[in-house]
Amino acid sequence: MEFNIYDLTSFTSSFDQLLMENLSPFWAVAIEMILIGVAILAFYAVVGLYLVYAERKVCAFMQCRVGPNRVGPYGFFQTIADLIKLLMKELIPIKNADKLLFNIAPYIVIIASFMAIAAIPFAKGLHAIDFNIGIFYIMAVSSLGVIGILIAGWSSNNKYSLIGAMRSGAQIVSYELSVGLSLITIVILSGSLQLSTIVEGQRDGWFLFTGHIPALIAFLVFLVAATAETNRGPFDLAEAESELTAGFHTEYSGIKFAFFFLAEYMNMFIVASIAVTMFLGGWMPFHVGGWEAFNNIMDYIPPFFWYAGKTAFIIWVMMWFKWTFPRLRIDQLLTLEWKYLLPINLVNIIIMAFVVLMGWHF
Amino acid sequence: MVEEITKGKLEEQEFSINMGPQHPSTHGVLRMMLKLKGETVKEVKPQLGYIHRGIEKMCEKLTYQQIIHLTDRLDYMSANILNEAVCLTVEDALQVEVPERVQYIRTIMGELNRIASHQLWWCAFGMDLGALTTFFYGLRDREKILDIFEETIGARLLLSYNVPGGLMNDIHPNFQKKVKEFITYFRKKLPEYDALLTGNPIMQQRTKGIGMLTKEQAIAYGVSGPSGRGSGFSCDVRIHQPYSAYSKADFKEILYHEGDTFARYKVRIDEMWESMNIIEQLIDNIPEGNYTAKMKPVIKLPVGEYYTRVEAVRGEFGVYIVSDGNKTPYRVKFRSPNFSNLSALDLMAREQKIADLIAIGGSMDYVIPDMDR
Repeated sequence: MEFNIYDLTSFTSSFDQLLMENLSPFWAVAIEMILIGVAILAFYAVVGLYLVYAERKVCAFMQCRVGPNRVGPYGFFQTIADLIKLLMKELIPIKNADKLLFNIAPYIVIIASFMAIAAIPFAKGLHAIDFNIGIFYIMAVSSLGVIGILIAGWSSNNKYSLIGAMRSGAQIVSYELSVGLSLITIVILSGSLQLSTIVEGQRDGWFLFTGHIPALIAFLVFLVAATAETNRGPFDLAEAESELTAGFHTEYSGIKFAFFFLAEYMNMFIVASIAVTMFLGGWMPFHVGGWEAFNNIMDYIPPFFWYAGKTAFIIWVMMWFKWTFPRLRIDQLLTLEWKYLLPINLVNIIIMAFVVLMGWHF
Repeated sequence: MVEEITKGKLEEQEFSINMGPQHPSTHGVLRMMLKLKGETVKEVKPQLGYIHRGIEKMCEKLTYQQIIHLTDRLDYMSANILNEAVCLTVEDALQVEVPERVQYIRTIMGELNRIASHQLWWCAFGMDLGALTTFFYGLRDREKILDIFEETIGARLLLSYNVPGGLMNDIHPNFQKKVKEFITYFRKKLPEYDALLTGNPIMQQRTKGIGMLTKEQAIAYGVSGPSGRGSGFSCDVRIHQPYSAYSKADFKEILYHEGDTFARYKVRIDEMWESMNIIEQLIDNIPEGNYTAKMKPVIKLPVGEYYTRVEAVRGEFGVYIVSDGNKTPYRVKFRSPNFSNLSALDLMAREQKIADLIAIGGSMDYVIPDMDR
């Protein structure tokens, strides 16, 4: 069983064989599932915590501040200390709240984002489920989260929460369209819904560069719509601190609040991952046709670092948005989607189909 | 709520909601009872009384020197100007001529106070619109002014620097140098405010044409200060009735005629430029002399009624003192700008969205302890 950081396929398949030879198929699959589940859970927690840390550092950097700097070197363990605090806080019961729905809502939100992570290709061979409808699956499960938000707002017995939840419902239902349509543009270009095939298809050039102008437009629309879908500034109307105090999670405390908080950051991670996979070549290194020496140097960097670097860049761009722009109003938000992004997207799909038909893409 | 609808207080599909007294963007303990229909505001009823301290009544038991310290607690963002208003009233009643040096320093301090207050308003206005970064840019620059205050006065927020007859103490030897340094610094930094917020298309969409207040309405509701000048109501006391050293400086009144949130925003930004102008003209010409006129240790105003008005940061601030000849006033009444400005909120916010109500409230720059004395 050899471990090759550039291609983890042989490692995972030989591990699979080892289990299959020594155990019955049922137990082999069960053990694999448990291992992957635990691995994703640990990954989820660590990434979530460090995205919070990263956001605090990035926003501090933009606001002429230092940011967390007391717990550990450069405040590196700040978010872990915060998590411990949140774990130990009291879960305040709300009068006249719908108890069942109130308690179930954070789990729906976090499960939705957890399910989406399973289908994301992190590196060659580091891919939990490789569906033939991978991108379709991610879209489906990641839009489940809004149900949790709606339930949270409805069951809290708080008018601010209700307004926040209704805003969020209107917002996510609208922006889901743009996200879906901009991804379909790339699906037309790649000719596949399977994420591994989509990434393989970008071996000689990322779709952002090979897909002509329609791919570029789709990328920009996706960035805007994805930011809106994750309820982040300047589209954070569901929380809208200055208007609705904390929107749909006003009444939540302790670890239930932490679930919403974590899910928000993980959703940001997921949409950044999708953007990277669909537009920026996933874990593929950056190649320029004809430049052999340059391509070889690029190949020397392991795929996981390519993936992590690109995702970090997209996340940074989304944080940049958030800490620079004021918040939109609800009617302006819906105008942006229905009057601008959606028509642009529909025309863009037709252009892309035409480009692919004529073979004009690179 | 069902009862409220059947009793006819609420129309169908309307609901009431309490914004405040604890709410992130009411800038204090203001409680607004809103009637909403979905996201649309149907009625705003401001409720006061959560921070009522009976300041006017307390003034009746205090000497004139002591009253100064209570005026700090009204509009704490323009403490120096409010102190000055009481001092001017007392000096006017006693017909004391304060030295020219005092007048210059009072004017400079007042304008520094105005800039500091507008900086904090800009921070908070950005926050109200959801742009959190503005908060730190504004506070970064405000800190410089507070340092100047601290050096000369010893206090940073509740200054109490003016006393009847003059000043508490003379300016620090570094004062002029520091103020000039600040002006050069802030002239470079103020365009950053425009780059970050004013030019932003989202911000312009959120503010242009929102919260309209015509000139007639502004006059009818007594909306003064930058909020009134955003509607084209020429109400700058510094121009129309110059006090202290304002007549020695050459400056213009900032007027915008649109009457929307953006106009009120622009008035305040431009006022920061204009205040720097005034300070620059005066700072090098502070005459030599005493920092206080000769006053008796116990001040007794002659029997009568006295009124003075000054241009505080948020509008016209008036002090009305009735004296019966004792060392404490018989009755004191403050005309606070915020209270009148608040009365126009319902007019401006009707049929707008909740988010607009917050933006309008931010552009009116409310300070609650000033309304609720």
